[in-house]
Amino acid sequence: MPSTWWLKRKSYFMFMVRELTCLFVGGYALFLLILVSQLNDADGFAALLKNPLVIVLQVIALPMVLYHTVTWLNLTPKVLVIWRGESRVSPVLIAAAHYLAWLVVSVIILWIVSMYR
Amino acid sequence: MAASEPTPSDKTVVLEVFRYRPEEEEEPTFQRYEVPYFEDWVVLDALNHIKDEIDGTLSFRWSCRMGVCGSCGMMVNGDPKLTCAAFLRDYHPATIRVEPLNYFPVVRDLVINMEDFLEKMTEVKAWLVPKEEKPVSEGEYRQTPAELAKYKQFSMCINCMLCYSACPVYGQNQSFLGPAAIALAQRYNLDSRDGATEERADVIFSHEGIWECTFVGDCTRVCPKNVDPAGAIQQAKVSATEDWYRSVLVPWGKRNVKST
Repeated sequence: MPSTWWLKRKSYFMFMVRELTCLFVGGYALFLLILVSQLNDADGFAALLKNPLVIVLQVIALPMVLYHTVTWLNLTPKVLVIWRGESRVSPVLIAAAHYLAWLVVSVIILWIVSMYR
Repeated sequence: MAASEPTPSDKTVVLEVFRYRPEEEEEPTFQRYEVPYFEDWVVLDALNHIKDEIDGTLSFRWSCRMGVCGSCGMMVNGDPKLTCAAFLRDYHPATIRVEPLNYFPVVRDLVINMEDFLEKMTEVKAWLVPKEEKPVSEGEYRQTPAELAKYKQFSMCINCMLCYSACPVYGQNQSFLGPAAIALAQRYNLDSRDGATEERADVIFSHEGIWECTFVGDCTRVCPKNVDPAGAIQQAKVSATEDWYRSVLVPWGKRNVKST
């Protein structure tokens, strides 16, 4: 198979995009570590955040991480199969439950952060 | 066979067909045929027209012509399809390219060698191994509708191998067990009458089994019977992982490869 196999059809291309978004997830974790390392230096910290390149990377990373999350949550019904008698719990319900859990966890995190403002 | 280039019209469509005659040529070629176009014709009808009226040397497999036997799988414009389910009207007036199923060795023209798949079905024991043998006099192995529902979707597989032709993992590495073999293993694992889940576990919970799958999902996209082999594989991954945790945390416990 040629190394360009994933360019040959849309479903393959979208698969590769989904897989490569993990680089942005990992990359953002690295960025947070760099920010932590700048904590002693208020100017360096601010300069890093104002850096145009860093802003561009953030703007790219956000949709990538969101796509990573959405594709993952949408696939949870394939993995989590719950039977009620002769039928499966609706896949839409399974995915919706995960989106709800994401919302709840996000609210809790925002609440914790807001306590320190 | 035609001396001049065929040109399509409202009443005809051109098929560009993969030819390979090992006794005549080293390399495959493509041959163009102009066939009548009808609203209700499928690619298989066009191929049979070619064989009957234009070129009797064309070789291809087909049988039921209604999407239940799994014989007529081929690549139609690069997409694995049952040719009995690929309507000319979805392509006409564009030329339709017909090639043998991807990733299988070609025997002749559109006929592929499916030995690999047949061996894998044997490897995963794609048949019912009753939990307890009982004589015919004791009656049937009974099952409730709820127990049937658990594996019914995976039992719809017609062994057409379109999923193998869609899977880029199989394309890269033919030692991968593949979507249909694993889905069929799950069909029996989830069958309440079956008792061979542990035997199959050693085959499918392996590097060439479920762990080679990266959940591209194209197998499910091309499956003509909505078997969802990708779903079967991910469910097997959950079972395997649960079993692994049990073996690590409760190693003295009885092995129970829970079928989801």
